[in-house]
Amino acid sequence: MTTLERTPTDAAPLAAAPAEPDAARRDRTGRFRRMKALIRKETLQIVRDPSSLVIAVVLPILLLFLFGFGVSFDVTKMRIGLVIEEPTPETARFEASLSNTPWFRVQVAHDRRAFLDDLTASRLEGVIVLPGDFSERLGRGDSAAVQIITDGTDPNTASLVNGYAQGAWQSWLLQSALSGGKEGAAPISTDPRFWFNPELESRRFLVPGSIALILMMIGSLLTALVVAREWERGTIEALLATPASVTEFLVGKVVPNFVLGLCAMAVSVLFAIFVFDVPMRGSVWALLAASTAFLLVALSSGLLISSLARSQFLASQIAMITAFLPALFFSGFIFEISSMPGPLQAFSAIIPAKYYVRSLQTIFLAGDVGAVLVPSILILAFMSLVLMLLTARFSKMRLD
Amino acid sequence: MPPRLLALIVKELLAAFRDPKARIAFIIPPLMQVFLYAYAATLEVKHASIAVLNEDWGETSRQLVTRLERSSAFAPILWLKSDREIVPVIDSQRVVAVVRIGQDFSRKVAAREPATVQVILDGRKSNTAQILNGYIGSIVTQFAIDQAMGGTDPPDISTVVERSWYNPNRDYATTMVPSLVATLTMTTVLMIMVMSVARERELGTFEQLLVSPLQPHEILIGKAVPGLIVGFVLATAIMLIVTQFFRIPMLGSPLVLYAGLFVFLLAIIGVGLFISSLVSTQQQAMLGAMVYMMPAMMLSGFTSPVQNMPDWLQPVALMNPLTHFLVIVRGVFLRDMPMALVAERIWPMLFIAVFTLTAAGWLFRRKIS
Amino acid sequence: MTGGAAIEAMPDAAPMAIARDLVKRFTPDGPPALDTLSFAIKPGQVTGVAGPDGAGKTTLMRLMAGLLTPTSGSLTVCGFDTIRDSIALHQSIGYMPQRFGLYEDLTVFENLTLYADLRGVVGKERDDTFKRLLAFTDLARFTDRLAGALSGGMKQKLGLACAMLKAPRILLLDEPGVGVDPISRRELWQMVHELTGEGVAVVWTTAYLDEAENCAEVIVLNEGKLLYQGEPKVMTARIGDRAFLLEGAGAERRVVLERALARPDIIDGVLQGAAVRLVTKEGAPPPRPEDIETAQPITIRPAKPRFEDAFVVMLGGQPKRTREMKSAGQIEHREGPAVEALNLTRRFGNFTAADNISFSIRRGEIFGLLGPNGAGKSTTFKMMCGLLRPTSGTARVDGYDLYSAPAAARSRLGYMAQKFSLYGDLTVRQNLDFFGGAYGLMGRAKSEAIERAIAAFDLGPHLSTNAGQLPLGFKQRLALAAAILHNPPVLFLDEPTSGVDPITRREFWGTINAMVSGGVTVMVTTHFMDEAEYCDRVALIYRGRCIALDTPDALQARVKTPELPNPTLEDAFIALVEEQDSQRQAEGAGARLGTAA
Repeated sequence: MTTLERTPTDAAPLAAAPAEPDAARRDRTGRFRRMKALIRKETLQIVRDPSSLVIAVVLPILLLFLFGFGVSFDVTKMRIGLVIEEPTPETARFEASLSNTPWFRVQVAHDRRAFLDDLTASRLEGVIVLPGDFSERLGRGDSAAVQIITDGTDPNTASLVNGYAQGAWQSWLLQSALSGGKEGAAPISTDPRFWFNPELESRRFLVPGSIALILMMIGSLLTALVVAREWERGTIEALLATPASVTEFLVGKVVPNFVLGLCAMAVSVLFAIFVFDVPMRGSVWALLAASTAFLLVALSSGLLISSLARSQFLASQIAMITAFLPALFFSGFIFEISSMPGPLQAFSAIIPAKYYVRSLQTIFLAGDVGAVLVPSILILAFMSLVLMLLTARFSKMRLD
Repeated sequence: MPPRLLALIVKELLAAFRDPKARIAFIIPPLMQVFLYAYAATLEVKHASIAVLNEDWGETSRQLVTRLERSSAFAPILWLKSDREIVPVIDSQRVVAVVRIGQDFSRKVAAREPATVQVILDGRKSNTAQILNGYIGSIVTQFAIDQAMGGTDPPDISTVVERSWYNPNRDYATTMVPSLVATLTMTTVLMIMVMSVARERELGTFEQLLVSPLQPHEILIGKAVPGLIVGFVLATAIMLIVTQFFRIPMLGSPLVLYAGLFVFLLAIIGVGLFISSLVSTQQQAMLGAMVYMMPAMMLSGFTSPVQNMPDWLQPVALMNPLTHFLVIVRGVFLRDMPMALVAERIWPMLFIAVFTLTAAGWLFRRKIS
Repeated sequence: MTGGAAIEAMPDAAPMAIARDLVKRFTPDGPPALDTLSFAIKPGQVTGVAGPDGAGKTTLMRLMAGLLTPTSGSLTVCGFDTIRDSIALHQSIGYMPQRFGLYEDLTVFENLTLYADLRGVVGKERDDTFKRLLAFTDLARFTDRLAGALSGGMKQKLGLACAMLKAPRILLLDEPGVGVDPISRRELWQMVHELTGEGVAVVWTTAYLDEAENCAEVIVLNEGKLLYQGEPKVMTARIGDRAFLLEGAGAERRVVLERALARPDIIDGVLQGAAVRLVTKEGAPPPRPEDIETAQPITIRPAKPRFEDAFVVMLGGQPKRTREMKSAGQIEHREGPAVEALNLTRRFGNFTAADNISFSIRRGEIFGLLGPNGAGKSTTFKMMCGLLRPTSGTARVDGYDLYSAPAAARSRLGYMAQKFSLYGDLTVRQNLDFFGGAYGLMGRAKSEAIERAIAAFDLGPHLSTNAGQLPLGFKQRLALAAAILHNPPVLFLDEPTSGVDPITRREFWGTINAMVSGGVTVMVTTHFMDEAEYCDRVALIYRGRCIALDTPDALQARVKTPELPNPTLEDAFIALVEEQDSQRQAEGAGARLGTAA
């Protein structure tokens, strides 16, 4: 019983009431110190965990390369089969004018059957058929009935092939009409100017767009995973029993991942400019403002996911469904929103990536256009506010 | 089949699908993607917003503008009054293109002088811009030809019979949705495969397997068979959705498609088991699957054609089983591809399957001892 | 009750935690996890919370830490309501959850710093605390090591250090003794006793009753209800003179235990070295030797009751099941020893995890591999199972070499892994089906083996339950059932009852005893002394070498000294390890002198 006899003297100071006059001020410094400690811990974990680095460094670079080199809608040198069923001077002239355009790589045959397999096996993008009575009809002024056959299994390429082939045919026709002495005809042509991207490289809009996808991934997936991991490993239980509050815990998660996101963005931007030759016409400040707003949205959606899913597997699945897929489909980065059915167009309005993709494409290619940037950033800021409030509402500091 | 192997296969199937959360994770994302790809994945240009600035007061320009208005490709046209408005409407992305008809357009046409119509396009969306440029160009050229023919009942000499084989309306859903037989089967089977070894290793049941008399190659086969079964079931389900719900007919022989599917699944299972025996936790397995899946999807011709890739990337695309199977799926569904052409795509996949399965088996055996 | 009187006389010794009619339900209509508990926890002493698995121990700790909301009733800790004043509460408690709560990818020092910042231990106070705690836990040498790379015992000590950073008024420790070897366990107790000396209230949950016996007061829970609160001595005293030791049964002792337990007047029985410990029903006369049929003459003498006896009696005694482990065909025996290790050596780089280990296990013997965490017993065990290829040496099971005839050797052994490692998402029947199939059983043989196992282990009611959701005792049974479906002559058990309560443990060993009586050979690794008591012989593995191999009684006899006339097996274990250490040091010093000279 010696233990018990020693108790009163030692226990007295410990049992003193905690209420002190400067408790509020001390609480503020305590709060700051706790946040700092949590941020430090999170940073160390990020630095030591190879999977965080994979998400933050390897995936962005991989994605940039894929979008920069792998995905391209630029159809240069379309492979065209030209079927001339009966060679005449006219068909030779047409063949020459077709080969002279920069768009086509032309192969010639005299029987359309020669190209059928090639089209089926995707060795050709299209076939132009000049029928046997082509010159006769042309001479008579009849319908020449040129056939353009494209491979509809790739609608985009088919549209482009068809557009360029028709263009080539019509301008050849116009040339013939004019040189054929039809008086009273005036050549009318279009003079297209592609602003911001005169070389028409799809890379220039795909690369900025993919930065949005990368930040969405880092923000929501990584954040959801790191919180779920604390639940899975049981570390959160010890943390919850300390004086740290919900806000402190959330700030501790957000800040390091925010910095990580900014770093990934900086890496991506440098890659975009120096490796992929994407011009940077806007200011760094605009880029920073839009990225900050978007990262906050991504991070808070990750936190929200993690407050609902306490296993890493589930968290990653939810992050894929709610963050990654919508960002891929409804951001207007690859797929054309204005061509989607009405309800889907309306749905795209709540997809944060849409506003960020729009801002990024503008900042990179056009410059600081207030009309695009200001509303986009404001909408993103509003979204992050709503998500953070929801997160604070749903994050419980208890186990039940 | 030896009873040991049968027991293992049954167990693997149960392990993959008994957990309701896992079931949801395997069913919901593929379904969501079917509908997303069917309705949202389009590069088509419809209802594009364009603006017209007509500075010319002549009759000819009005006729041209009327033709633009009648085209179904555009949303209601935005009318501009001065060239100062061009920059803001393009910058703010209100329109993708501005058609500008200069002051002397009618005069030049009347005077038989060459006349031009300026088209300003937003290069931030270069694909849409190019397609729009094509539309506007052909409207203008057609207009020019009609003018040249004298405007009065022009003979229809310019008729071009234009056909898109296999997909006459050049509808995106028609190509995208059947392609899902390949992509969704790949993602699901790959996910199950990468998890299978990693999960057992994390939960400690793998030791239990290794202590049993099961041989390494039996464990490998036992893990591969459920992947095959899941792959066949899922692919069949998507085929049914495609043909029954979306009413896209399958022109070729299902047998040919299943032959390709079998070899494709072997290749994917090989890749999945290879990743799974390389990693030690489920999280790493998931990341591994993602790092493989993204390039596999993008370098397959799924979203953009393989021939658009730079030359040095094309061999990489050919090492990707998905590239080959996509050709088979699209071929069988839309163009009744003959077996001879399918075979050309099967043997590279077979090569990949043999290589990855051997590598996985080797790694597996190495990790055991 | 002088202690109680002393507390009442002291104004500051008011209870640190008070529960009144505390109820916690996780589902509105299910049975409550905690059912109307009322208790008080006093400062300056260790209060043990004991009870079988699923009794509600962890729920109670989480409620006290303010991590769960009580369904009804009140709970105040340090004078704070655990929910309303949770912020203030968290300033004054230290809590160590069951699963460490350490960040494994942070170093020891970083873990300490994190919790110091969170608890507001700064400046000079921090330096002093760190110095004290690091010395206290003997972790000073490892401050730069990642927490994940520490041994189980060191993790527990670090967890404890993190919980103690800001001298808490109440320290809640949830099963700190699980997975910790006897040496580390002793050190943990020393640390805790120093704290109680400073007036801290310590609450320690445990499934090990020798730990509970060390507490000043103990709360016994069962199925959410409080069965007892008070000094363990008082509870032990209730047994009175109903505990006995039966001696002289020798090799027959397992059968004797089984027979004794079949009698209605015996409510508990365990093996204790070469003896059998029995507890009789209240009011029953002392058992006589002639009541129990034996081949050899036996003696029965009264024994000093233990807390464990009282605990088992309080929970209604040892569950009596008829253990029909008679297998379909008799186990076929081959010539030679059942299990043999010949000069097993395993090196990882420069590190020798197992060094020239040899032993041979006779048929029908229970053989134990003992050793502290990280001593090399797991490495040895893994080589014996064929999970790890030895650098040199041979491992044989039933005469088959594990590396030249792996499939044959593996089909002769049953294996039960350390942590529950059946498929948690599969039902009991699916698990049995799989393991039956994996061991090559088919058709009638398989269904008969499964039916037999279901009957023998009473798994019938749980057949369609997911294995992961079974109560621990049933998990244990299922794991064993799966391991022996194919009727193996040799059974390997890796720490089979670590963290398991005494009731479940008795059941488990009862089954094992029945199997051994049927001719099965068992090899078991453990650092839990109760388990070692069941062994015929134990090999003590330390620093990769086998430092002793003998019967438990002989090992105890080896360390007998005038100061320690009745050493327990744990004492023997610690003494032998220390002896080895001092010998090594002497050798090391000698070697250094040798090179210097």
